[in-house]
Amino acid sequence: MSDMLSFQEIIFKLKQYWAERGCIIQEPYDVEVGAGTMVAETFLRVLGPRPYRVAYVQPSRRPADGRYGDNPNRLYKHCQLQVILKPSPEDVIEQYMGSLEAIGIDLRQHDFKLEEDNWEAPTLGAWGIGWQVMLDGLEISQFTYFQQCGGIDLEVVPAELTYGLERITAFLQVKNSVYDIDWTKDFTYGDVRYNDELQYSVYNFEMADIPTLWKLFELHEGEAARLLKAYDPKSSDKRRFPLLPTYDQVLKCSNLFNTLDSRGAISVTERQMVIQRVRKLAVAVAKAWSDQQQDQQQGVAQ
Amino acid sequence: MSIATEAAGLRFLLEIGVEEIPDWMIPGALENLRLLFEKLEIPHESVTMDATPRRLVLRADGMPARQADSQEKVMGPAKSAAAPAVAGFARKLGVKPEDLAVESTPKGEYYSFLKKVEGRRTIDILAEALPAIIPQIYFPKTMYWTGKGGVRFIRPIRWIVALLGDLTVPFELAGVRSGNLSSGHRRLGAPEVVVTIEDYEQRLRDHYVILSAEERRQRIANRMPGVRVKPDAALLETLVYITEYPTPITGSFDPQFLQLPEEVLVTVMRHHQKYFSVEDDHGGLAPQFVAVMNIDADSKGYVRDGNERVLRARFNDARFFWETDQKKKLADRVDDLKNVTFQKDIGSYYEKVGRVTALSDKLGGDGDARRAVRLCKCDLTTELVKEFTELQGVVGGLYAKAQGEPEAAWKAIYDHYKPESMEDAIPRSRTGQIVSLADKIDTLISCFRVGLIPTGSRDPYGLRRAAQGVVRILVEGKIEVALLDLLEGNQPLIEFFEDRIRFYFKDARNFKYDEVNAAMAAGWSNLVDLEERLSRIQSLRFTPDFEPLAASFKRIRNILEQAKFAGEAGFNPALLEEGPEKELYGEYLRIAGQPIESVISRLRPKVDLFFDKVLVNAPQEEVRQNRLKLLFELRKEFSKVADFSEIVTNS
Repeated sequence: MSDMLSFQEIIFKLKQYWAERGCIIQEPYDVEVGAGTMVAETFLRVLGPRPYRVAYVQPSRRPADGRYGDNPNRLYKHCQLQVILKPSPEDVIEQYMGSLEAIGIDLRQHDFKLEEDNWEAPTLGAWGIGWQVMLDGLEISQFTYFQQCGGIDLEVVPAELTYGLERITAFLQVKNSVYDIDWTKDFTYGDVRYNDELQYSVYNFEMADIPTLWKLFELHEGEAARLLKAYDPKSSDKRRFPLLPTYDQVLKCSNLFNTLDSRGAISVTERQMVIQRVRKLAVAVAKAWSDQQQDQQQGVAQ
Repeated sequence: MSIATEAAGLRFLLEIGVEEIPDWMIPGALENLRLLFEKLEIPHESVTMDATPRRLVLRADGMPARQADSQEKVMGPAKSAAAPAVAGFARKLGVKPEDLAVESTPKGEYYSFLKKVEGRRTIDILAEALPAIIPQIYFPKTMYWTGKGGVRFIRPIRWIVALLGDLTVPFELAGVRSGNLSSGHRRLGAPEVVVTIEDYEQRLRDHYVILSAEERRQRIANRMPGVRVKPDAALLETLVYITEYPTPITGSFDPQFLQLPEEVLVTVMRHHQKYFSVEDDHGGLAPQFVAVMNIDADSKGYVRDGNERVLRARFNDARFFWETDQKKKLADRVDDLKNVTFQKDIGSYYEKVGRVTALSDKLGGDGDARRAVRLCKCDLTTELVKEFTELQGVVGGLYAKAQGEPEAAWKAIYDHYKPESMEDAIPRSRTGQIVSLADKIDTLISCFRVGLIPTGSRDPYGLRRAAQGVVRILVEGKIEVALLDLLEGNQPLIEFFEDRIRFYFKDARNFKYDEVNAAMAAGWSNLVDLEERLSRIQSLRFTPDFEPLAASFKRIRNILEQAKFAGEAGFNPALLEEGPEKELYGEYLRIAGQPIESVISRLRPKVDLFFDKVLVNAPQEEVRQNRLKLLFELRKEFSKVADFSEIVTNS
């Protein structure tokens, strides 16, 4: 089929579609994350009253899901297209459906269902209400109305649309393995990504040095905690305060936690405690950020 | 105020248009909406409720246009009041002084007037009430979407149709104005569909929405030609409420997957994909499935192809896990349980297994039970259970079987989470029953010990279900153990069990609540015995002597309670009076120790006669105490089956 869209064409079309609907097209964030939600463009931007619209592809690392490049459906790192519409427009579902039509899915010929699936990220103190989007029995997206983030009730409710790009492409290109999908006319997904999958699986499952990772975890945790302690809500100069770099430290912790977990270094009892440690930092950043931005808005208004 | 109808006959339509509501919440929400509507007390002839995932619909017939007029009495000045005061009162009411009535009251004569109050228009009542009651519809988990502090509902409300006869009932809720615009199927219908009460259902149908759940149910059931679908009522309900225009399609999968256990295949199809399984001619699993689309047809076969590919990937995963798990036997995974937390304050599954073993021994479990207990939690460390948690136990049983464990042991592992609901069967073998009991009782004791006690609707560890399981296994498995001896004297847990036992016999077994109270008051530790006594009470209830005798026992109880008599006095037959008192005592001696069924007809007349002729509160203290003692002993003797004074009688 020559008219079949390649992986990157699907991404182009989706970005174009959301750009036409007022979204900023951001580039992927350059710190390791487990999901597009964790990027500040979502995690911090959903806080406060200011409207925002953004879309970006975010490579998302889930060390425990690695399969050495052997499993046709599971990946250590997959690509999400993350869309945030704040506030959520009334026709948000219709707009989402329109995006599927834009990549060539004729929804009159397919079975489209929204099935209850409420999203929750304990390490971020975030949760929302929503659905998994099913297309012919395949989960292709997650649709969430954010309710809380960083432990804070949101003032304005954003809609978060998360597309599983590999799955959608495999579906459209009728491929049974993600490695067989066409990234371009000449290169498959496997050509591009197989080495990452193999080597990161080896590292995450076999070779990552556990004491080193713990040490790194503690260093990043310490740096985040140090900065958070220095944030002074009463300071007249607080808009200069580096909360975004602080949040990077939290993201580092989260990824190290995931790697340690896949390495089998975290017992079930410890697990909850480490999650709490990361959550504490994320919640503190969200709180400080809300404070910092609130005053900035007032500043702008003056 | 009277609410008699003036002119019956208006029809009312309310459609709340919502983004996809979770299927399992819909029937409850409809019932709730109906109750909220009934509470408005607007007269109507009938109400019908309907729903799809995107709309909750209430239709009522025979509503009045307005409520009946009523009269309100307004009291004025005293008759002796000065003329200007009387005139002022009349003027305020818009009438002449001569229209006023005079009424005598205990305080004297006063002017009064019967003021006519016009009945409110139904449309006004609805317009005021609907925006208030719609957000009151109960959902287990709600959200806000218009902003912090905004209306909460299960999902965003996107349109509202509210019509009374030809008129729109005007109101606004969450920024949505009511009107006559509905919405069709997401892909096959128009986003805006003008409706009237008369054409509403047909208009929806024209736009590919089948409003009636029953019709959707029939449509699914009647369109599965050529395949024998395994009946699955719960799945059918899910599909009915997840679709607006359901159409089943049949797909198939590679028969080589049939080498995997049927339980795994069915779970993937049912729980993960919402497919019906298909049977072959011999009742085995056929390599086919039925999926239900929310669309009218799959003319190009895309939907079937897509679903088949998804299922293939899922089955491949399951096979991969099955094969990986076989590399390490269950028996070699016991130590791994040290790293699996049961609950943080209670400890690991490894420790749990130790406690369950002791309990299983106490319950008379044999070597197979011990083996089953040792292995029953090991499947928690397998990939297959991590992926399909609902298969815990079942997977352990299948692995134990494949690894050559004795049949009694693997079946016990397989069954040990049973019964998982009131409808589910209890474990099929005695060994399985004992393992299941020991596991559940340990869970209950451990959780109650650290204060994890269910409150209201919160029961995160499923303790009600566990206790219900214990009750059912003991009763239905006819296991005679003293349950109280196993509960370590934990008072909250004992009361928790009392509740579950009462619930079981009352709601699941349909015994009357007073029969259950009466039987339990005579002891409930041995549930097999309790059930037997309950059956006896149930049959006794239809005998003519039962209720009068129960009434007498209640009287005896009251007399003893009033006298604060606790049975400490001695008994002296010489103090008995000739006649009814002696006769009652004689009868008591003759029938003591015999089953109540065979003596009730003899006992009753003697008791009746006693109360008829004998004064318990005799003037002499000695005689009085003696009579109390006689009644006390009588009650004790005949309360071994049940405390009959708990029976509610009509007399």
